[in-house]
Amino acid sequence: MVKLHQQRLSLQLEVEAALSAALPIGAKETYMAITLTDAAADRVKTFMDNRGKGIGLRLAVRTTGCSGMAYVLEFADELDQSDVVFEDNDVKVIVDPKSLVYLDGTELDFGKEGLNEGFKFNNPNVKDECGCGESFKV
Amino acid sequence: MALLQISEPGQATAPHQHRLAAGIDLGTTNSLVATVRSSLPTVLADKNGEVILPSVVRYDENGVSSVGREARELAASDPFNTISSVKRLIGLSAEDIAASASGMMFRFEQTDSSVPRLLTSAGAKTAIEVSAEILKELNHRAQQSLGGELTGVVITVPAYFDDTQRQATKDAAQLAGLNVFRLVNEPTAAAIAYGLDQQEQDTTIAVYDLGGGTFDISILRLERGVFEVLSTAGDTALGGDDMDQAIVDWMLESSNLSVDQDAGLQRYLLDNARQAKHVLSDAPVAEISLSRGDFDWSGSLSKETFENLLEPIIAKTLASCRRALRDAKLDKKSIENVVMVGGSTRIPIVRRKISEFFAREVLTDIDPDQVVAIGAAVQADILAGNKPDSDMLLLDVVPLSLGIETMGGLTEHIIPRNTTIPVARAQEFTTYKDGQSAMALHVVQGERDLVQDCRSLGRFELRGIPPMVAGQARIVVTFQVDADGLLTVSATEQTSGVAAEVHIKPSYGLSDNEIEKMIVDSMENAETDVRTRMLQEQRVEADRTIVALDAAMQRDADEFLNNEEKDTILKARANVLSTRESDDSEAIKQSLHALEAVSEIYVSRRMNASVGATMRGKKLSNYDKQDTAS
Repeated sequence: MVKLHQQRLSLQLEVEAALSAALPIGAKETYMAITLTDAAADRVKTFMDNRGKGIGLRLAVRTTGCSGMAYVLEFADELDQSDVVFEDNDVKVIVDPKSLVYLDGTELDFGKEGLNEGFKFNNPNVKDECGCGESFKV
Repeated sequence: MALLQISEPGQATAPHQHRLAAGIDLGTTNSLVATVRSSLPTVLADKNGEVILPSVVRYDENGVSSVGREARELAASDPFNTISSVKRLIGLSAEDIAASASGMMFRFEQTDSSVPRLLTSAGAKTAIEVSAEILKELNHRAQQSLGGELTGVVITVPAYFDDTQRQATKDAAQLAGLNVFRLVNEPTAAAIAYGLDQQEQDTTIAVYDLGGGTFDISILRLERGVFEVLSTAGDTALGGDDMDQAIVDWMLESSNLSVDQDAGLQRYLLDNARQAKHVLSDAPVAEISLSRGDFDWSGSLSKETFENLLEPIIAKTLASCRRALRDAKLDKKSIENVVMVGGSTRIPIVRRKISEFFAREVLTDIDPDQVVAIGAAVQADILAGNKPDSDMLLLDVVPLSLGIETMGGLTEHIIPRNTTIPVARAQEFTTYKDGQSAMALHVVQGERDLVQDCRSLGRFELRGIPPMVAGQARIVVTFQVDADGLLTVSATEQTSGVAAEVHIKPSYGLSDNEIEKMIVDSMENAETDVRTRMLQEQRVEADRTIVALDAAMQRDADEFLNNEEKDTILKARANVLSTRESDDSEAIKQSLHALEAVSEIYVSRRMNASVGATMRGKKLSNYDKQDTAS
């Protein structure tokens, strides 16, 4: 047990080192930013703590869906070389450069609709959304 | 705008294709539904923020008028149209219900049908239909909360539920429009909620479940990722309600007043008792002040007095714990985890006493009312395919051995108790009489050697067996138990391919106490059972020999035997018949040997004659040729 824990810890440290290295390059030069509302940050932190592992939150777009593009929202366990990392409200947001083109300036929010609750993308790049809001056009 | 959840890496789904799944704790008193959102298991609340749905359905002339809290509040004013505790009836036959005390709470339709129906103003309803209403309500809540249709659900059932009770629960789910991924035992779900299935080492777990009206203790063994129920024990009428009653009794004693027959006053006192009980979980004293009609009294209940009142109730649960350990052949020290389930385990003294009993910390971090639903949700999330990196495939076991009746009323166990499921096992059987064209198959469940001591699950017939000498037909009987513990039995005659099968359908079931009794009985009666089995086997042997002898003698006794020889054989035959009626298997064996000895001459003469008949008309040289050729 002890051994496993130590391994995990050292892995965590390596990843953190990688994150701090990746942070300034992408975020400063080319892009605006991706931000989280307080509500969204709170929830992400709760989910991350519960999950017990992971280095951040991955946002992406996928070219499927009824109106062209679809959002992807996942826990991130690994960091890719080309990934861009933002940090807002103590949450690390990881985006691949291709997705960032469509997501730049997005604010991630958390809200409730009736009994349902979940995350919403407030994305300035969006021109057209399908009725469900799960996919969009830029 | 759609509301999104965070998926596991690589598991994000395409729009509109979310794999929504839920876990349902379908309880006797209360039911809950839970799901895993962004990897966090959560119970789902209704629009009033209530997570607990009382398992109560109320009917009126137009059908279902309400389910849950509202129905429960109207229970007292309209008892027969308000069905509660329907789980106590599910999968039981009218016979079973007549034999159990819980039938008293219900009003049944008088019919010859083996499926009991409850009389309501909306017509006669089966326990399955009533359970389906509770599931519909939970399904509706889950769909509202998750924003879409559910891919599937995991529903929990007590570990002691038998095949018919499990099938009835699945039928109810189907009626409610739910796809059931799997039924999971309640104690197993509680252990999953605590992540005990993710441990690398094998472990032994006790799940202590003290709810409002029932108490269950289950001993589980986790071995290579497979949960096995080693034993269960409990009391179907013990729980928080008894604690409330104990406080009411104390109030009456302290106040020198009585409730007489006043049901309303009784209710009022119980409500106050329950409040005092909740207060005493945190505070050292509960102030009680009662005023209703002539009943006017106030007093204070100290934690110490309260704990004294609970003493006998806790003692009863500990007695069950000891019994469960004994059945599992374990001592207290071998229990490595103790999981607390049920609202009554919030009471500090309950936790303390159980912790003392097992001499270890008990697991109480997860809300004891929610822990079963949460475990079911975790399992449902995996089965829906939201967690591919988890290789956990939870397996379950057969709670009681499954077998078939053989000649002499003996049980032939085909799938032994505690075999992991799904499983399929086959065994060959043969015919008993010459020219036998049909075979009756009787499927039974239980540990005992005699069919009469086991539980009958179903009967079916295999017809169209081609005429053959006794013992020549090859009939393969296959028992198949699917992942939900449901049984299909098929029989195929190998030479002709004629086949028949039976699915075990709800007919009648056993209570947990009876199942427990069956297992205990099988251990206590092991010795008698072995003796009875030997006796029955000898009797079958005697019958088989006499049938064969009679058939032969009818055909050609006069041809091969003189009168004296015939008499000797008949005397020996009569002796077999008389010893057969005794309880002495050795005597039957002796008399059979004697019969065989005196019949030997007859057998050899017949044999010679039949060999002679085959060889007649052939020359010896034919045989020589054959011999050299081969």
